Amino acid sequence: MEFKSVLFYIFSAVTVLAALRVITARNPVHAVLFLVLAFFNVAGLWMLLQAEFLSLVLIMVYVGAVMVLFLFVVMMLDINIERVRQGFWKNLPIGALVGGLMVAEMALVLSGRYFSPANLPPHNLPADYSNTKELARVLYTEYAYPFEIASVILLVAIIAAVMLTLRRRKDNKAMHSADQIAVKAADRMRLVKMTPEVELPSAGKGEQP
Amino acid sequence: MEATVLNLLASVLGPLWAPLWNLVKPVWPLLWTLAKIVLIMAPLLLSVAYLTFWERKIIGWMQVRIGPNRVGPWGLLQPIADGMKLFFKEVLFPTAADKKLFVLGPIMAIAPALALWAVIPFSPGWVLANVDAGVLYLLALSSVGVYGIIISGWASNSKYPFFGAMRASAQMISYEISMGLALITVLMVSSSLNLSDIVMAQDKGRGAGMGLGFLSWNWLPLLPMFAVYLISGVAETNRAPFDVVEGESEIVAGHMVEYSGMAFAMFFLAEYANMILISAMTSIFFLGGWLSPVGFIPDGFHWMAAKMAAILFFFLWIRATFPRYRYDQLMRLGWKVFVPLTLVWILVIGVWMMSPLSIWK
Repeated sequence: MEFKSVLFYIFSAVTVLAALRVITARNPVHAVLFLVLAFFNVAGLWMLLQAEFLSLVLIMVYVGAVMVLFLFVVMMLDINIERVRQGFWKNLPIGALVGGLMVAEMALVLSGRYFSPANLPPHNLPADYSNTKELARVLYTEYAYPFEIASVILLVAIIAAVMLTLRRRKDNKAMHSADQIAVKAADRMRLVKMTPEVELPSAGKGEQP
Repeated sequence: MEATVLNLLASVLGPLWAPLWNLVKPVWPLLWTLAKIVLIMAPLLLSVAYLTFWERKIIGWMQVRIGPNRVGPWGLLQPIADGMKLFFKEVLFPTAADKKLFVLGPIMAIAPALALWAVIPFSPGWVLANVDAGVLYLLALSSVGVYGIIISGWASNSKYPFFGAMRASAQMISYEISMGLALITVLMVSSSLNLSDIVMAQDKGRGAGMGLGFLSWNWLPLLPMFAVYLISGVAETNRAPFDVVEGESEIVAGHMVEYSGMAFAMFFLAEYANMILISAMTSIFFLGGWLSPVGFIPDGFHWMAAKMAAILFFFLWIRATFPRYRYDQLMRLGWKVFVPLTLVWILVIGVWMMSPLSIWK
């Protein structure tokens, strides 16, 4: 067996096992970490397909950013695992139906003419082939408009999500750095000139209670 | 280099070489790669050890103290003594900790810090893996480094480590963005993702033509990005003044509170290896890597080492100089200053490159 095939089987086996553990792990943090492991192995699979850009961007975006935020949220939650598991059997038929539908759809797409071996790019790419350059060339020439529209839609979605969830608290005590820097000593402290008040030692009758 | 080593081995071993070579030949690429890994790792770990010593000495001098001077001549054996002490200490596991993840935390911290060195070129051809997507590899693996802190913070099952993990995940994601965006300008002007090519692209230009190579390096035309990159690098490695992740005065030592012995040392190794890595990356991207600043002195690894040492000194210098950032100020700097600045500067560089005034043609 070729070394590449060995690597392929290792990567895919670990991907499948990790993905299984994502849904069977009892602790949600462990599940997220197994998802990270699955992502790493998928990145390895993409690397085997000489798609180094996609592979490394998968690690950078999903492992490096998205899953970190997932972990951030999951760690904050105090999840009662027993309650999550309630109603497993009741919901199983619906879940199985949705899962089956997805598998069927994927099978339809992947068995289609578009993915037939005759339509796939040549297996042995030239030595100076750069996945990054090829992707960029297509993305910024042929698909320039769809690409730009997609990015604008994403930007709108980001801003909309921020605006929808932004609640300004009335008692917000956040400080503005610019205001803080602009402060002068006179704003904070007032020096008052006054004549000295010295209490004269009184003979006997003072203000003593 | 490979041929030289083979010739040397052949001449040293003499008649024994031929049968030995027949035995070794099938696994030679593996052996050769392993040898190169050792050649990178051994000096790196030694540098880490002596960087801690140098840090203590320099900060000592800056604060008019002497610094470590007891172990060995001028205290030179101090890092060895520290290492031995940490090595022989027991690694304690808190009762309520998640044992497996508690062990995984330090590993996830140190593994990316070491793996990143695979694509760093030290001199023409002196690189473990001269890959086309070197910059992407660096960005991808350096973004994985935060897992060490998050996992260890959560697995400790204790309050301060958890705060440290929360702070780390927010801080490192924020500064990764400005770092990546600053790098985009470098990629634009050198039109390559290969680190060796990025260095060689800085060897061209008007300054290099006049024998004043340092004027052609990226730091000058991309000056704001150089500053952004360096400062983000300090924040990314969680060093002072951005070390709110550890924040001794607030959360003791953040994610490292529950660790002892070698597990604790792993975090230190990772932090210092990351510092050296950031200095190597800055010298490659902005300071011309191994290129000589002036034409009449030859290029070479010594220049790269000198530049890295200068940037490492900068790291230590600001630690002794600046007070720690407040957390909201730190977030403001990342999101409201660096990200808009880098975005505008990408546009500026793009327009500059397309205009007749472009210096990169």
